[in-house]
Amino acid sequence: MKKRFCLLMTLLFTFTLFTGCTQKSTQASSTDSETIKVGLNYELSGNVATYGQGLSNGIELAIEEINKNGGVLGKQIEVVKIDNKSDNAEAANVSTRLATRDKVVAILGPATSGNTKAASPAAVQNKVPLISASATADDVTVDANGKVREYIFKTCFSDSFQGVTMANFAFHDLSLKNAAVLFDNTSDYSKGLTKNFKETYTALGGKILAEEAYQAKDTDYKAVLTKIKATNPEVLYVPGYYEEVGLIVRQARELGLTVPVLGADGYDSPKLAEIAGKEALNKVYYTNHYSSMDNAPDVVKFKTAFNAKYGKEADAFHALGYDLGYFFADAVTRAGVADSVKVKEALAATKDFKGITGTLSIDENHNPVKAVTILEVKNGEPTFLKKLEP
Amino acid sequence: MDQFIQQMVNGISLGSIYALIALGYTMVYGIINLINFAHGDIYMVGAYVGFALTTFLHFSFFPALFISMLVCSILGIIIEKVAYKPIRNSTRIAALITAISVSLFLEYGMMYFVKAETRTFPALLPNKQINLFHTNIVLDIRNLYIIFVTISLMAILQYIIYKTKVGKSMRAVSLDRDAAQLMGIDINKTISYTFAMGSALAGAAGVLVGTYYNSINPLMGVAPGLKAFVAAVIGGIGIIPGAVFGGFFLGITETLVSAFGGSLYKDAVSFTILIFVLLVKPNGLLGKNIKEKV
Repeated sequence: MKKRFCLLMTLLFTFTLFTGCTQKSTQASSTDSETIKVGLNYELSGNVATYGQGLSNGIELAIEEINKNGGVLGKQIEVVKIDNKSDNAEAANVSTRLATRDKVVAILGPATSGNTKAASPAAVQNKVPLISASATADDVTVDANGKVREYIFKTCFSDSFQGVTMANFAFHDLSLKNAAVLFDNTSDYSKGLTKNFKETYTALGGKILAEEAYQAKDTDYKAVLTKIKATNPEVLYVPGYYEEVGLIVRQARELGLTVPVLGADGYDSPKLAEIAGKEALNKVYYTNHYSSMDNAPDVVKFKTAFNAKYGKEADAFHALGYDLGYFFADAVTRAGVADSVKVKEALAATKDFKGITGTLSIDENHNPVKAVTILEVKNGEPTFLKKLEP
Repeated sequence: MDQFIQQMVNGISLGSIYALIALGYTMVYGIINLINFAHGDIYMVGAYVGFALTTFLHFSFFPALFISMLVCSILGIIIEKVAYKPIRNSTRIAALITAISVSLFLEYGMMYFVKAETRTFPALLPNKQINLFHTNIVLDIRNLYIIFVTISLMAILQYIIYKTKVGKSMRAVSLDRDAAQLMGIDINKTISYTFAMGSALAGAAGVLVGTYYNSINPLMGVAPGLKAFVAAVIGGIGIIPGAVFGGFFLGITETLVSAFGGSLYKDAVSFTILIFVLLVKPNGLLGKNIKEKV
């Protein structure tokens, strides 16, 4: 029995080896190829698939436009798109595969901070730059010792910046000096935002009257909201994701807590208005990467092109992906050669790159210095309120 | 003081939801001694049926509630016939494992059909808040609906079990299955009735909670299912008024724990109470130490 099992396992392993070989032989060598290969490592299936699909749609639109206008350095850009199934281990595998087998010039993605961190080591090891357009965690480009990860970049602002911006906005723009905070204790994103909001707000002279926590997937928030209401805050900061925030805002309004609610890019979903109801969402403000209500000519052009290709409204993830496509092409152009080390140097030296989501320069920590958009929800529609330059 | 009364109102409204789900739990346990872990998921299916009826077919609240209860009772009978009946005479652990598998099957089967994303219910009940006694204390009209439905369903159940022939056979089966069979009671039919009723209750709870919180997803039954189980045990599993009492007790406890600063420990507190009750009074707070159940 044992022998037979061994034989079976051996056969299985040999089989996998062979399949590996056959796949490899079909791969074209890319050293002196006609195209510039770029790898897309995205969540095309799994629980954050909407993010990954949105970003890759945006990137593909950008690459299509670039190729139509003659490509980069006289070559066309070829996209190698692979699904990482919203899984950490798979994101790392895809990274390795893109770097070693497909020999891409750069890897774009993944969407979430967790997957980006998992995909990073393989990119650094193989000296291929990896750029994420949506990993907002502070430690994506910098390791625990504060050392910059050489080949890792991101083009979206960090969570700490969102927290700081909202604290300033509440204190200066809304002139509200007494805040309450309600955060998701199971999410690093929410805890990070809370920390930065609190530090900035108290440093400015504001007071935090109450700090309460909830857990993702909770449905009843009336007990904590009643407690918060009793402290009479002027403003409520709820850095969370739309599913919980929708319920929180709705229940807060039902309890008669009508103060402004502030949040971050986790609010960005049409579901927010569906869950909370349109009236409840008045006086809700949040920071985001992009506003579809922004009427700058570039943004309008992008919106029209996106609508023509995909037949739907472009959201923040589409815009971030679109910018990432151009951002990559810009770096290759400035590098003058499709070589991953040269491209990395060009990326690090990016100055005043103009995109849909704002003008950005890469700082010494490989983070962008970039404007943040503040949206106000009016009648269930997020409307453009102002853009804050860093 | 205002705040305390408001928190009690919050606790009662949360408790009424637990009580509603706990009713079905306790009923099935009372008759065939099976902890039906799929109960929370039947509640989820009920919510989706209500969602489909009101969103796509534009039914109003009460017809949607009744059809949803009907669909769930049929689902309950099918589950009993397919999954529980073949193992009715095997060990209790086998039944428990089967119940967990049925629960997972419903959760992920549903996820395959309706996708994992959250859906929102249309507003079916008047969403109105009233201020009690001209103070700051707010009461939601929809809470009154839920409490009303819970109490009336409890009364109907008590009536069925103690005043009708079906109820009599249910009590007989729960006391001694073999003896009941010898007396000419159709066991299969009785157990089917039990499942139909228990699942109908879950379906009603699903629609009510769906309209109340306005958001449903395929895993929505897991946490309330567990809480309702705790509520049923606290009140004394198998006892109908016990389930309602346990539900309100748990809801108020959780709310008060949150109100006094322990919002992160509320689940820990409710499970600690469960352990304590099991140690001190294993038959539940309303349980008597006699053999009769239901």
